[in-house]
Amino acid sequence: MSTFKEKQASIIADFEVFDDWMDKYELIIELGKEIEGIIPAKRNDRQLIEGCQSRVWLDSSFSDSVMNFSADSDAIITKGIIALLIKVFNGEKPETIIKEELFFIKEIGLQEHLSPTRANGLLGMVKRMKMDALKHV
Amino acid sequence: MISTPDYIHDIRADFPILQTKIHNKPLVYFDNAATTQKPKIVIDRIRDYYENENANIHRGVHHLSQVATQDYENARSRIQKYIGAAKSEEIIFTKGTTDGINLVASSFGALLKEGDEILISAMEHHSNIVPWQLLADSKKLQLKVIPIHKDGTLIMDAFDQLLSEKTKLVSITHISNTLGTINPIESIISKSHAVGAKVLIDGAQSIQHGDIDVSSLNCDFFVFSGHKIFGPTGIGVLYGKEKLLEEMPPYQGGGDMIKNVSFEKTTFNELPFKFEAGTPNIIGGIALGTAIEYIESIDRKSAFDYEKTLLEYAEKELLKIEDVQVFGNSSEKTSLVSFNVGSIHPFDLGTLLDKQGIAVRTGHHCTQPLMDFYNIPGTIRASFSIYNTVEEVDLFLDALRRAITVLS
Ligand SMILES: Cc1ncc(COP(=O)(O)O)c(C=O)c1O
Repeated sequence: MSTFKEKQASIIADFEVFDDWMDKYELIIELGKEIEGIIPAKRNDRQLIEGCQSRVWLDSSFSDSVMNFSADSDAIITKGIIALLIKVFNGEKPETIIKEELFFIKEIGLQEHLSPTRANGLLGMVKRMKMDALKHV
Repeated sequence: MISTPDYIHDIRADFPILQTKIHNKPLVYFDNAATTQKPKIVIDRIRDYYENENANIHRGVHHLSQVATQDYENARSRIQKYIGAAKSEEIIFTKGTTDGINLVASSFGALLKEGDEILISAMEHHSNIVPWQLLADSKKLQLKVIPIHKDGTLIMDAFDQLLSEKTKLVSITHISNTLGTINPIESIISKSHAVGAKVLIDGAQSIQHGDIDVSSLNCDFFVFSGHKIFGPTGIGVLYGKEKLLEEMPPYQGGGDMIKNVSFEKTTFNELPFKFEAGTPNIIGGIALGTAIEYIESIDRKSAFDYEKTLLEYAEKELLKIEDVQVFGNSSEKTSLVSFNVGSIHPFDLGTLLDKQGIAVRTGHHCTQPLMDFYNIPGTIRASFSIYNTVEEVDLFLDALRRAITVLS
């Protein structure tokens, strides 16, 4: 089991091989298609994080002293970034999620997706992941 | 095949930002409905003002203040003539379209009474919806909405039915920022006047695509933003008929808008200053004047016609791409195209277009009720201006095809 830091480092390595933006996004889209997400029938308003451009649904659970998340979006690029965030956050202790630095987004150049003006629901999602973790410390 | 005429290349050369590279690709700027780029003379004017002229206006006896005041008022006169207003007193400087609509909602709204009706349309920008909702709530007015057909045109029969003696104001966009539809405002204005209603025209989009003559239109109010006609942000114009503006109470209180202040009684300044409280956006006004000067200096008739050719070409080529659905199919349409591709989310396409240097707008374009009408989360909107080229349309189409391949 790799650590929070190691998981992020491995994602950064996956992206480092591309210098063309379109290739990076192809990988993100691939990841977005692969994760299970939350099927529309199972989505509810409690999970919804309304963005101006795209919408995000987030579900979280806590067992065996670690957090687990599933999430979805109506936009596939948003969903791809969700897949990355979930890879990093899942199976981590609430304390880790709250305290440890989330650096891979910036490193691979996707910080625009987490800026408050981007309004795709992702910033709200990360905040909610941390809030949910906070309930279990 | 069409090609970009030389005079368009000449116009293009006046806009420094168009040489920019985005992600190492030449910028293709197709977000002109959101804001237009600025020609060098506007940029130079702003710099020159701060380097050589800066002073407060309408207040100082000193030289700089007089020069600045003169330039500001000259800009007002230039704008007055450009939009065909009878007097410069009818030109109120505002922060922009939104500010102009809010001014009218507040000051004209003060003259309205419970039960009076205001008519807007289903294709309005949020800034021509929300101020009226706020007013309707506080003064118990009725806000009614003219519905639209699927092709993005107004249902004029419904307008005829909604219009009555109770209607005090019809506030409607000249051109839809989401669909490109050019509304039949001449007929709307004459029918509204026939029942005694006043008409506000939201000219945010129309100001950059053709000549406006408020006198022959005979509208009561006309609002637009400087930044959508090659001028700076933070400045806009409210045109209002003198008689109406005289009847309306001031919007905000402060310096400049008063004649005499005492604790017993304050008297207000005359038009247009009655509606311009506080130190205004001086350079905004002056530079907007320069932007108008720029438009007057080019062959704008040809440029506006060319924009239409560009739209026709873009739409024709776009529709060759599988599953493209265009929203807004009015025969009277300005140079923007709003579309979706199959079930691909507009945000995904917009993101991949950006990575290829193409600036388009995605989302609801501040017209959420319109998105609800079409039952979509948003669209991709490419909006053209007089400096865009045929080659840019081709780059955009190539980038779009590549994005679709990646997303399918
Ligand atoms: C039709 C229409 N009305 C109003 C506005 C608001 O303009 P501003 O934000 O400059 O006040 C816009 C700008 O997007 C518009 O397109």
